[in-house]
Amino acid sequence: AGIPSSPNSPAPEQPFLSISVTDPVKLGNNVQAYISYRVSTKTNMQEYRGLEKIVIRRYSDFVWLHERLTERYKGIIIPPLPEKSAVEKFRFSAEFIEVRRRALDVFLNRIAAHPILRQSDDLKSFLQADEDSWVVEKSRTAEGVFKKKPSDFMQIFKDVQSKVTDVVLGKEKPLEETSEEYEKVKHYVTELEDHLGEAQKQSYRLVKRHSELGQALAEFGKSVKSLGGCETGLLGKAFGELGNRAELLSYKLQKQAQDLLMNFEEPLKEYVRTVQSIKAVLSDRAQAFRQQRELFEASKLKEINLEKLRVVRPDKVGEAEIDYRETKLQSDEANRRYEEIVKVMQQEMVRFQEEKTRDLGAVFHEFARGQAQLANDTAEAWKVLASQLDAWSHQSAGKAVESSA
Amino acid sequence: MEEKGMEECMEGMESISLDKAPLAYFSSSDYRSAMAASGAMSPSADQEDDEDGFLGAQSGPEPDPRVSDSSKEVPISRNGGNSSQEFLTMAVTQPQKIQESTGSSLVPNIYVTYLVVSHTNIPEYGGTEFSVRRRFRDFVTLADRLALAYRGYFIPPRPDKSIVESQVMQKQEFIEQRRVALEKYLSRLAAHPVLRKSEELRLFLQTNGKLPLQPSIDMASRMLDGAAKLPKQLFGDSSTVLAPQEASQPAKGGRDLIRIFKELRQSVTNDWGASKPPVVEEDKEFLEKKEKLQDLELELTEASQQAEALIKAQQEVGDVVGDLGLALIRIGKYESQEATGNAQKVHATDVKRLATAAVKVSRFYKEFNAESCKHLDHLHDYLGLMQSVHTAFSDRSSALLTLQTLMTDLSAMHARIEKLNASSSKTFGGDRSSNRKVEELNDSIKTAEKSRDKAQEEYERIKERNRSEIENYECDRQRDFFSMLKGFVQTQVTYNERIASVWSKAFEEAGSASV
Repeated sequence: AGIPSSPNSPAPEQPFLSISVTDPVKLGNNVQAYISYRVSTKTNMQEYRGLEKIVIRRYSDFVWLHERLTERYKGIIIPPLPEKSAVEKFRFSAEFIEVRRRALDVFLNRIAAHPILRQSDDLKSFLQADEDSWVVEKSRTAEGVFKKKPSDFMQIFKDVQSKVTDVVLGKEKPLEETSEEYEKVKHYVTELEDHLGEAQKQSYRLVKRHSELGQALAEFGKSVKSLGGCETGLLGKAFGELGNRAELLSYKLQKQAQDLLMNFEEPLKEYVRTVQSIKAVLSDRAQAFRQQRELFEASKLKEINLEKLRVVRPDKVGEAEIDYRETKLQSDEANRRYEEIVKVMQQEMVRFQEEKTRDLGAVFHEFARGQAQLANDTAEAWKVLASQLDAWSHQSAGKAVESSA
Repeated sequence: MEEKGMEECMEGMESISLDKAPLAYFSSSDYRSAMAASGAMSPSADQEDDEDGFLGAQSGPEPDPRVSDSSKEVPISRNGGNSSQEFLTMAVTQPQKIQESTGSSLVPNIYVTYLVVSHTNIPEYGGTEFSVRRRFRDFVTLADRLALAYRGYFIPPRPDKSIVESQVMQKQEFIEQRRVALEKYLSRLAAHPVLRKSEELRLFLQTNGKLPLQPSIDMASRMLDGAAKLPKQLFGDSSTVLAPQEASQPAKGGRDLIRIFKELRQSVTNDWGASKPPVVEEDKEFLEKKEKLQDLELELTEASQQAEALIKAQQEVGDVVGDLGLALIRIGKYESQEATGNAQKVHATDVKRLATAAVKVSRFYKEFNAESCKHLDHLHDYLGLMQSVHTAFSDRSSALLTLQTLMTDLSAMHARIEKLNASSSKTFGGDRSSNRKVEELNDSIKTAEKSRDKAQEEYERIKERNRSEIENYECDRQRDFFSMLKGFVQTQVTYNERIASVWSKAFEEAGSASV
């Protein structure tokens, strides 16, 4: 239901993995200051040692996890992280920290809710490794990230090669899928990015304007109260009450602005980031497609050559045959990888759309409720004053009639 | 006396009070009350008399009936008698550009005229509907004439002259703004129980063709005239004693430079002199009220600004809700297209519903703000009225100054007589030239005493007007501010309820879509 956060009491038999990110603490000093978060895990999954575990992690640790998952799970839409922020980091405002904390909580719980991602060893390490082993783990894999396997290097080289060939042959555009399904997905993602971006922009403006209205009301209330000080009798009282009411409502508006930020703008922002994740998956798919295509071409070429050699240079056949078989294997492998990504991606898109429908449905629903609540509260607050004013103005008019009689 | 010095004195006088009141002229306030007493009057006869009076008031002393019988001045009561059933409404419409080519200049003079249509049942108007064409300059003349004839009243301020290029002046937007402002100005005049029956306003609204009110003369001409008169004043022909009928008019803006100089000297003496002036502002109540009004003005300025900021902020919320609605419409359409399962179709419908709600709310906000503006405008209006209050109070101080100056003059003259008598008594058989001087002085004293009495009358009259205006102002302000508060709050209630119900509906009807 809605954005996954720590559920309270799940069924005992079902495997559950519930994570919460809490207690941000500022550590270090000046330029090297950072925020550490407490990550608490409750689980009954057997792969995890024990039922509960608490570790301390910082933002860069989350980044490590995100990168590992992106590497390992091609085709899967990896939940997004809140933005790195070079500037705000120095300011570390309370709002910024709270927004980030929530986003990190959502990040981990989305991973925990994903049937495949939750199995990740890297997730396990992240959630469980103690200080020392955590440091070891990170350095080990950090090297790994930079040290690519030989076959990967070959692949990179081949990619560059094919790009050069393309340019030389005048084929500027990189090789791309043209299937209807692919086009459809690309189009869907582009449109979605557009719409969500627009909605997020408006939500940001909405938050700001609510806050500004709150401020304007507060200033107005203050000035009205001062004005009431110049007036005597009931009119002075009336101005005073108006001022008080305005100040009260100003406070409500500021609160509403906060709510909108956390429950309307941030979720929309998270979905905008998720779309970026989807684009990363698309990019992986495209790359896999190119690799598969190139290796396929290469293997076909080699096959043809082989047949030629059988006729022309039978002595070279042996070597060529081995070479061809190797290339064929790679081509099949690349093809398998590509098809796997396509399959996984299709499942992921279905899953994504279901989740989006649920989540955004809830967000919009809550938005309408919040706005209705605010408007109702505002009307109620003014109503009380309206009846008071009525009474006072009649009294005051009565007095005026008396005094002129 | 150097002209340069006079210039500075004039400027000094200018800074004391706000208005540029022109030369004294035949005013009809008592004429008007005399007319009212005699019942209905015929329009033609009325105009004839007025024309003589208005156009001829240039040279020499003029009988001033206005000050002859101040007892006829009826104290203004807001609630009493005819005023509650009387009405006077005006509309300023149909701006037209007039191009007139003046003989000498190459550039044709272009100006705008407005059609001023009035409806009334006030008997003094002798008719029910009138329609005339007036230009902005005519409104200025009207305002100037009223300022002079109704010193001490809170006269609504006229729209500002704008110092803009003629290009801008011709733009539709500027003309429209001005038209609205002029209409508002006239309606405020009509709301004032004394001003609405003024001759000046009536002529303005009724007389077809050229406005039969004397326009204000510009500063330079006045100074030149004053300078021309000066030698006569100094060297003998004209008396330097202020004529009685002029004593009831303000000095500043007139052409009597000697008088202006004397009053300036008096004001300096008041501020820096060792002795107290012969008569002072003693009315404690008035001084208290004045101070209170000054405080009120400060607070009103602030409140007026904050009110404007509030409306703007409210507007911005409404706008962004509208923009959000538009974004949601696009999302809804898109979700509809992409919907594969039932859940998604329902979601698409919900989004569309929310979008419609947002757009509706945004429209409500527009109405909401227009209504709120209407109510909070009272703040701006009363702030504008402060200018009138300042003017009325400064009318009082300048009348007092005139009185003080005359009294100082008188005591100076008495002192001189004593000196002359004292020195001539030493001469055996009297001093023929000295006796002549004493005779002259006694004559002057008689005139000066008359002037002083007139000045006193004027001062008392202005004081009374100030008092009753303050009273009415308090009353009106109480009433208007209460109505403003009630209106503003009620608008908040009404629109917030409407907005709440729109959002509630979207929320309730979407129940099925969410978990």
